[in-house]
Amino acid sequence: MSGLSFTAIDAWWWPWVFILVAGWLANDMWRFLGVAFSGRLTEASPIFTYVKAVATALVAGVIAQLILYPTGDLAATSPWLRLASPAIGFAAFRLARQHIFVGVAAAEAAFVLGWWAGV
Amino acid sequence: MTLPAEFPSERSSARWFVAGMGAFFSLPAFILMAAFTGFGGLAHASGVTLAQSVAMSGLIWALPSMVVLVGAIKAGTPLLATAIAVSLSAVRLMPMTMALIPIVRDEKTPKWLLYWISHFIAVTAWVFGMTKLPDLPRRARAPYFAGFCMTLTTVNMGVTAVSWLASAALPPVAAVALVLLTPLYFILSLWRAAERAPTDRMALVIGMAVTPVAHHLSPQFTLLATGLVGGTTAFILGRALDRRRTAGAATNAAADLSADLGGEGR
Repeated sequence: MSGLSFTAIDAWWWPWVFILVAGWLANDMWRFLGVAFSGRLTEASPIFTYVKAVATALVAGVIAQLILYPTGDLAATSPWLRLASPAIGFAAFRLARQHIFVGVAAAEAAFVLGWWAGV
Repeated sequence: MTLPAEFPSERSSARWFVAGMGAFFSLPAFILMAAFTGFGGLAHASGVTLAQSVAMSGLIWALPSMVVLVGAIKAGTPLLATAIAVSLSAVRLMPMTMALIPIVRDEKTPKWLLYWISHFIAVTAWVFGMTKLPDLPRRARAPYFAGFCMTLTTVNMGVTAVSWLASAALPPVAAVALVLLTPLYFILSLWRAAERAPTDRMALVIGMAVTPVAHHLSPQFTLLATGLVGGTTAFILGRALDRRRTAGAATNAAADLSADLGGEGR
């Protein structure tokens, strides 16, 4: 099943319809509903917890895909390097009391050094 | 420069708007710009055009959704499945908006303005609003927040354009390092944001672990499957953990009580 993918219809407007429906509408409908319901749902409800867990796992899937199945120049790098540098970054992040900048910088440094070393 | 005296509220709203624009210069805003730099590189690497990338930043304005969308485009996912995956990654915007709007609004704030402002709600702006706005007079909040958010979004549309163009001209190692920024920033910021939500941390770990399996079974629907399987598993484990904790807390309370009564040799 291939269906209506981003490149399915060869017309200038099709990618924009795709972006408007799967991008703008898919996001702003939640924000608009949030305004409409503001002051009702609580963050303590189980439905909210479930929805947030699914959303988090989905973003985790995105992260894993970017690292495991990348495209472009990143695809040419060693999968070990792509797995090891975030692991080093995470360790640095934990050591630096969860400082995001420290973690990102450590991972990027490990990646660039590994690249130059020919890992 | 002098405005008619009968419009004092307009003048002061404009002043609050400008003050909000000035609040842009902050560490969280710069961290976000670094993440958007990564998005420009990612979009370029995934075959999304310059105009489309910038439009995504402005229209979607939520990095996780933008990354899901670009990932789905690259994988050739059909429109409906993509829309569902992106919606799922954006659900959190609803409770966030519901929590923030009562803080932003004044009795006189028109509804359309609240809907307009809500478009700019994403993690960085939300944290800013929740922490800074309660200290301001009610009347000032909507314009101040609008000034901050609209500056943040506009600047990051520019960042998207520059990084998209730069990643075409950069040496490969720098372009690749840029693409890597996005997953790194997400892992760390989500991990930290889930400090008090063990369910979310489990969802993060399980989601990453499930991805290779889902990818092997169906590359087109990997994200949807990962979200549903990972999220449901994490939710069930989280509930079990909660129940054990509550039970643990009850026995602890009992122990404390008996200690208070002199039951434990103390």
